[in-house]
Amino acid sequence: MAASVGRICKTALLKSPHVPTIKQVCSLSTSTREWTRGRKAFLGTIGMLAGGTGALLFALDRSVRASDLELHPPEHVWSHTGLFSSLDHASVRRGYEVYKQVCAACHSMRFIAYRNLVGVSHTEEEAKAEAEEQMITDGPDDQGNMYKRPGKLSDYFPSPYPNEEAARAANNGAYPPDLSYIVSARHGGEDYIFALLTGYCDAPAGVVLREGQYFNPYFPGGAISMAQALYNEAMEYSDGTPATASQLAKDVSTFLKWTAEPEHDDRKKMLIKSIGIFTFLIVLTYYVKRVKFAPLKTRKIEYRPKEK
Amino acid sequence: MGLNETVYNLIFKRTSTMTLACIASAFFFERTFDLVTESFFEKYNEGKLWKHIKDKYQQ
Ligand code: HEC
Repeated sequence: MAASVGRICKTALLKSPHVPTIKQVCSLSTSTREWTRGRKAFLGTIGMLAGGTGALLFALDRSVRASDLELHPPEHVWSHTGLFSSLDHASVRRGYEVYKQVCAACHSMRFIAYRNLVGVSHTEEEAKAEAEEQMITDGPDDQGNMYKRPGKLSDYFPSPYPNEEAARAANNGAYPPDLSYIVSARHGGEDYIFALLTGYCDAPAGVVLREGQYFNPYFPGGAISMAQALYNEAMEYSDGTPATASQLAKDVSTFLKWTAEPEHDDRKKMLIKSIGIFTFLIVLTYYVKRVKFAPLKTRKIEYRPKEK
Repeated sequence: MGLNETVYNLIFKRTSTMTLACIASAFFFERTFDLVTESFFEKYNEGKLWKHIKDKYQQ
């Protein structure tokens, strides 16, 4: 190998490579030259400004945001809160039941397919059975007509309304948004969904609600066109978990978290891996740096001007 | 002959054996690294992953 490289490069290897002059070597070192007063002041000011701006932004973000008439959802400790914590898949499964039996009456979920459930909350057979329960519009057939057929694993969740206009017409003009990515689309994420679903209360004096509106302090503006959907014992869980309103809300929020971030668990696993590999690499880099620099740092460079 | 020297003469001296050694050690390193991190993840999230609850639903 070495011989063939030598044959190709020939004399190029024998020439001495570009060597920095003494002047250049000196300017590489930071210990020989002091910073001027002006430079110090300049850099100091920049540092203080940057730090101050950062602190101000942080403080603004931490503030109570009490200026607007909107209630911000309290932060809860979810079972998936935490750097390494995965989603609770039993909860995702129950949340799917809640979505299917309650929310699916009004909300579409167009970006989730039955195959996505396999290995997350359902076995393949169960997911197939779930899909077959639904009649999916397919076509056109050779007469040009659309027809209905039982769902397959590859089908996306069917929508309750054929289009937005139909959805609005059935809901007093309000459009029930698609729930696939709702957790990512709202401030507060799953905390907001949970607070919204459990936060219905009587409108305080002075708040006027129109026909078909309900009061929910967590909804911006307070007047929401979605009636309270979850009550104690609104449905029954197949695994026998007591179906209180907060349990239903927690499970459906976890399910919506999964639909919005299906990569959630892999992402956290990847964090563990990157912490491990980067710790190893940093130690290695530090060691190699010390080894390579030892001769450089201990050598002495001397410049003797030629005598005339 | 010390251990270092033996290893050098047997493996690192030739580009071919050196390359082989790199590929083989990368394979084993990644395998063990994945096993270790994944088992940590599964221990940390005991009972929450699909893996842990799927027996309830499979016949
Ligand atoms: C009776 C029909 C109906 C049902 C059932 C229903 N919703 Fe809604 N939902 C609506 C309508 C209508 C809106 C739009 C409200 C508005 O814009 O004022 C809405 C809005 C929402 C929003 C968006 C709020 C926002 O910040 O814009 C979320 C989140 C939501 N629903 C979640 C759910 C969940 C979860 C369920 C199941 C537990 C559910 N909904 C059940 C009709 C429904």
